[in-house]
Amino acid sequence: MDRDGSAVKAIESDEAVKREGINPPLWLLAEITYRCPLHCVFCYNPVDYAKQHNELSTEEWIRVLREGRAMGAAQLGLSGGEPLLRDDLEEIVAEAHKLGYYVNLITSGIGMTEARIKALKEAGLDHIQLSFQDSTKEMNDFLSSTKTFELKKRVAELIKKYDYPMVLNCVLHKLNIDHVGEILEMAEKMEADYVELANSQFYSWAFLNRDQLLPTKEQLVRAEQITDAFREKVKGKMKLFFVMPDYYSERPKKCMNGWGNVFITVQADGTVLPCHVASMLPGIEFPNVREKSMDWIWYDSPGFNKYRGDGWMKDLCKTCPEKENDLGGCRCQAYMLTGDATNADPVCSKSPYHYKLAEAVADSLKPQAQVKPIVFRTDKDSRELMKQRDALTEEHRRLFESGSLPSADNSRIGQ
Amino acid sequence: MSEPTISPDTVFKLAKLFRLQWEPAQNAHVLLYPEGMVKLNDSAGEIMTRVDGARTVAEIVADLEQKFETTGLLEDVTGFMEVAHGQGWIRRQGD
Repeated sequence: MDRDGSAVKAIESDEAVKREGINPPLWLLAEITYRCPLHCVFCYNPVDYAKQHNELSTEEWIRVLREGRAMGAAQLGLSGGEPLLRDDLEEIVAEAHKLGYYVNLITSGIGMTEARIKALKEAGLDHIQLSFQDSTKEMNDFLSSTKTFELKKRVAELIKKYDYPMVLNCVLHKLNIDHVGEILEMAEKMEADYVELANSQFYSWAFLNRDQLLPTKEQLVRAEQITDAFREKVKGKMKLFFVMPDYYSERPKKCMNGWGNVFITVQADGTVLPCHVASMLPGIEFPNVREKSMDWIWYDSPGFNKYRGDGWMKDLCKTCPEKENDLGGCRCQAYMLTGDATNADPVCSKSPYHYKLAEAVADSLKPQAQVKPIVFRTDKDSRELMKQRDALTEEHRRLFESGSLPSADNSRIGQ
Repeated sequence: MSEPTISPDTVFKLAKLFRLQWEPAQNAHVLLYPEGMVKLNDSAGEIMTRVDGARTVAEIVADLEQKFETTGLLEDVTGFMEVAHGQGWIRRQGD
């Protein structure tokens, strides 16, 4: 019935005005489960990932994919946890492919078999990004706290056999960065198309383990030199990316290419975030796809509008001639290190908190930093951290979502 | 070893890592690849949709000149092919 056609038109034109200046999301990251067989010390999942929550069902994920695609998202990352632990992964991939996404699987490889990699190919999976912790069996197994290295090598062979592009990802930090030459040689042997050497950024679990993981300046310079030389050697065959850690930078990164500008992340339970760690930010209730449409969440929700543009900035950023380059850096890093998400990212040398980074580097060089036990990402530790959150340091308390409650001991998370 | 120059007889195909598709939300053709995307402008989109591993550069030029009722596109198209080849988006047929 269009009894009141004029009113409908008026609403439509309001919509157009309201949406002006907001780009559609292009990248959808679906963290389809937080279950994971690995226990990586630098995991970017929230430290309270073992909170009480229910994973979205297959049908719910399919609805998320349809809504995201209709809005314009073209890249889909299927991540976790370990996405292979969802036995409906093939079904999700098939729907994503049908919708026209370029489908990326971001995996540790644990749980991959020849039958599954073949089924995923048939379902339309475009690419597999395989993570490695290090080039040596011992270090890989130590850093992920499992016996997985041989298995990952087999998965790399399967990726080539089934003709997927292969991106090898290795998170670098103090304990493995000196092996970067060996890591690159291994990648070359495996015929990787791209290699991402991403220095650990210090969020989530890596923030808890920062003293043990922050490399020295000398380590970093050496690793970059080795990578640059290798890049020349494999030119035209393999592309290498070396991501510098924020803690040795003077200029902040344009985090996520802008808040609510390109990326949209859907967590295992359907909570939608502008980036995968933003649930820790205080004072924002992020919406859930079980209650709201992706469209409303992206364009209209208070959370996605909170740090768009420069209206939220304090004078230091607002009056800065470089603000368009970096948009003030990362909101989560500002909050973690200064307690206020509207401060400039302390990576910026103009920030009065920039000294915090040098302080962290100095702390990591103290002998006592090396004897502190490293915290592995486990369900048990995540629950324990939630139980003991009030006893943690102020900085570590900031890593939690407000009100996250531990799931029952020994239960399967996400149920 | 220097790259052979691009001649009107050269045949290109899309490189294996890339997928070309039309995106209505961006009103543009895009190249999709592992964890990345390149938005093409109108003329780049027109050229790339004709790179099929069969047509020569000269044939693509002729097709475009006919569609847009113009002449003298060879230099522009060759220039774009050089950029696209340098970026790794396209490969010579047979490479």
